[in-house]
Amino acid sequence: MNCVCGHAQENLDRYFSPLYSILNSYSKAESSLIPILQDAQEHYGYLPQEVLREIAGHLGLSLGKVYGVVTFYSQFHLQPRGRNVIRVCTGTACHVRGGAEVLKAIEKQLGIKAGGTTDDLEFTLETVACIGACGLAPVIMVNDDTHGRLTPEKVGLVLDAYRSKSKAGANTAAPVSRH
Amino acid sequence: MNKITLTIDDQVVQVENGATVLEAARRAGIDIPTLCYHPDLSLAGSCRVCMVEDLETSRLLASCVTPAADGMRISTRSAAARRARKLNIELLLANHPNDCLGCDRSGSCELQRLAADLGVDRRSVDRFAGQKRKRPPVEQGFSLKRDPNKCILCGRCVRACGEIQGVMALDFAGRGFDAIVTTAFDLPYSEVNCAECGQCAAVCPVGAITEISEISRVWEALDDPDMFVVVQTAPSVQVSIGEEFGLEPGTVVTGKLIAALKRLGFDRVFSTEFSADLTIIEEGHEFISKITESKKLPHITSCCPGWVKYAECNYPDLLEHVSTAKSPQQMFSTIVKTFYAAKSGIDPEKIFTVSVMPCTAKKLEKARPEHRDSGFQDTDAVLTTRELARMIKEAGLDFINLEDGDYDQIMGETTGAAAIFGTTGGVTEAALRTVKEVLTGESLDRLNLGLVGIREAQVEIAGRVYNIAVASGLANAAKLLDDVREGKSKYDWIEIMACPHGCVGGGGQPFSRFSDAKDRRARGLTEIDQNRQIRKSHHNPDVISLYEEFLGEPLGEKSHELLHTSYQARNVR
Ligand code: SF4
Ligand code: SF4
Repeated sequence: MNCVCGHAQENLDRYFSPLYSILNSYSKAESSLIPILQDAQEHYGYLPQEVLREIAGHLGLSLGKVYGVVTFYSQFHLQPRGRNVIRVCTGTACHVRGGAEVLKAIEKQLGIKAGGTTDDLEFTLETVACIGACGLAPVIMVNDDTHGRLTPEKVGLVLDAYRSKSKAGANTAAPVSRH
Repeated sequence: MNKITLTIDDQVVQVENGATVLEAARRAGIDIPTLCYHPDLSLAGSCRVCMVEDLETSRLLASCVTPAADGMRISTRSAAARRARKLNIELLLANHPNDCLGCDRSGSCELQRLAADLGVDRRSVDRFAGQKRKRPPVEQGFSLKRDPNKCILCGRCVRACGEIQGVMALDFAGRGFDAIVTTAFDLPYSEVNCAECGQCAAVCPVGAITEISEISRVWEALDDPDMFVVVQTAPSVQVSIGEEFGLEPGTVVTGKLIAALKRLGFDRVFSTEFSADLTIIEEGHEFISKITESKKLPHITSCCPGWVKYAECNYPDLLEHVSTAKSPQQMFSTIVKTFYAAKSGIDPEKIFTVSVMPCTAKKLEKARPEHRDSGFQDTDAVLTTRELARMIKEAGLDFINLEDGDYDQIMGETTGAAAIFGTTGGVTEAALRTVKEVLTGESLDRLNLGLVGIREAQVEIAGRVYNIAVASGLANAAKLLDDVREGKSKYDWIEIMACPHGCVGGGGQPFSRFSDAKDRRARGLTEIDQNRQIRKSHHNPDVISLYEEFLGEPLGEKSHELLHTSYQARNVR
């Protein structure tokens, strides 16, 4: 679909201009790829295809090569991410203590599957192999906060604390620890 | 150079320092099975199928990446080595679709052959039954398709595309169990910077990358009594198709190829060499006009559609240098549906044009929307050498014992110049034979350009010396093109073929067990050139009468309309 507002080029320039300053702050070498990807993701929230095309073109790499690097590292994302990232631990201790039920409860509440992002971009849901807080199992992390000893019933409270103010429910739950 | 002495299976072997255990063994006539190893590519050591045992340490080594060392005692057949190799094949098969019957590579698949050789059976594979990779195949486009579920992650395609072609359209994506070899965002080849040259398919040991087959469309046309089916065969097919029937690479089987096509039911059998001569005349005159009118040089050839797509993606700024002459395939089909149709009184709508090509990019070329100058799609179907061999087998023809046939008339005359189109440097040599003679009346000496990498020559024509360069393999081409882009190139004429060695090494050629197959095919074409009565394109009597009766003059109005084309920049990387 073509843009009809008549400002296509202008908008494109505005969209890419932060990227160009990122590109110019690194040397034009293959070794700059990862730091550039990190900065670009920091700015755009994820790595859109057009952004990767520009990066590939700038560094003289093929898009295929850049895509290979992006998909290798779990830190890079090709889809927009939610403002809050929930990581549900699926390690052994959490599994034994009902981690799977916790995950199911979150999936149900948010209406997405693990790996997905809610339409309002409020939450992205992921699973991780172990958070290293087995004593608190079952455990989830929301952004940098750890929430332990969860039950499917407590999940709603935890999530509400992170919803945008306008949508937040009355109850809030304080995280047990901050990193 | 210092030598190394080691023992492999009781044989004492001497090799130069730096050779691998695999190389040492093969030189001693001992074969070790391999999968990720390919003689034209860098080493990967990823498949672990070439395991051997170091008898000093009882350790298992991947022989393809282990340097031979003095005093080594290696067993390629100890129980441990045999068990390891078999186990690794079983593990590969455990994550492989159990679908040999539905696979284009059945019979030419290296994994299938190794499984048979090593005595792998279904039960031993089934003990590893578990989750299998399940990804959708990517089949859009015209040239090549990919089935990631068949891929064994050997990386040969990734290395061919990166090292030989410098394109890097393919790479490993994802990690662990989810790792696959793919293009950016799993896009079809048509939507990335891929040349569609098929070198990835040529090195793939299994059926993960294959040409998009047009066999059934061709059978349909042959079975339709209302269709007049015309076939053209590219120069390099006559020196390679014999391999599919057990002959040595480079064996010239022109007569049998023609006979087989007639038996399959093609109404007319012609050679693309006819239109290669035509291409030479048009492109030669284009070059003459560029040099006499001091237009921008270098002139860059255009007969390789893989190169053309690569240029459109990667060097769009240099497209004005590329000859506007269509490739021989496209010239041929256009002439068939115009001149030949009129002359033979056949409705062009009822003509189905097939070409047999060593190439996968030709499949893309025929589908380009601009190639409708006859008023119809000029070329209807393109078969690779391999696909035609499959049709011949399906029809049960005893290829080797067929009585030689002859090309059909009025577009059947060919020259030596046209035959060498099938190797790198051939177009250049053929064109310069004509350019020199047209301008000065003098004959050109053999250029003897060789077949590998970038070659150059100086040719004197009418008191001026022209600098000529020839490259095959797109990574080589890129070196020449970067210089042109930066204004540093000294060349007046550049020939580019996407595939190493040119069409004899095309992505649609038979899979060969000989590492020197491309050289031998090239020698076959040189032999044809030397034995031809007519060796210059402008002496081809059929081409001369085509100009007299129909086209008028080279670069004339009609030629422009029917024999020239245009290119467009593609904004992909
Ligand atoms: S067709 Fe050629 S350019 Fe395209 S992916 Fe395969 S090897 Fe690379
Ligand atoms: S597609 Fe073929 S050549 Fe490429 S990695 Fe897979 S098996 Fe190897």
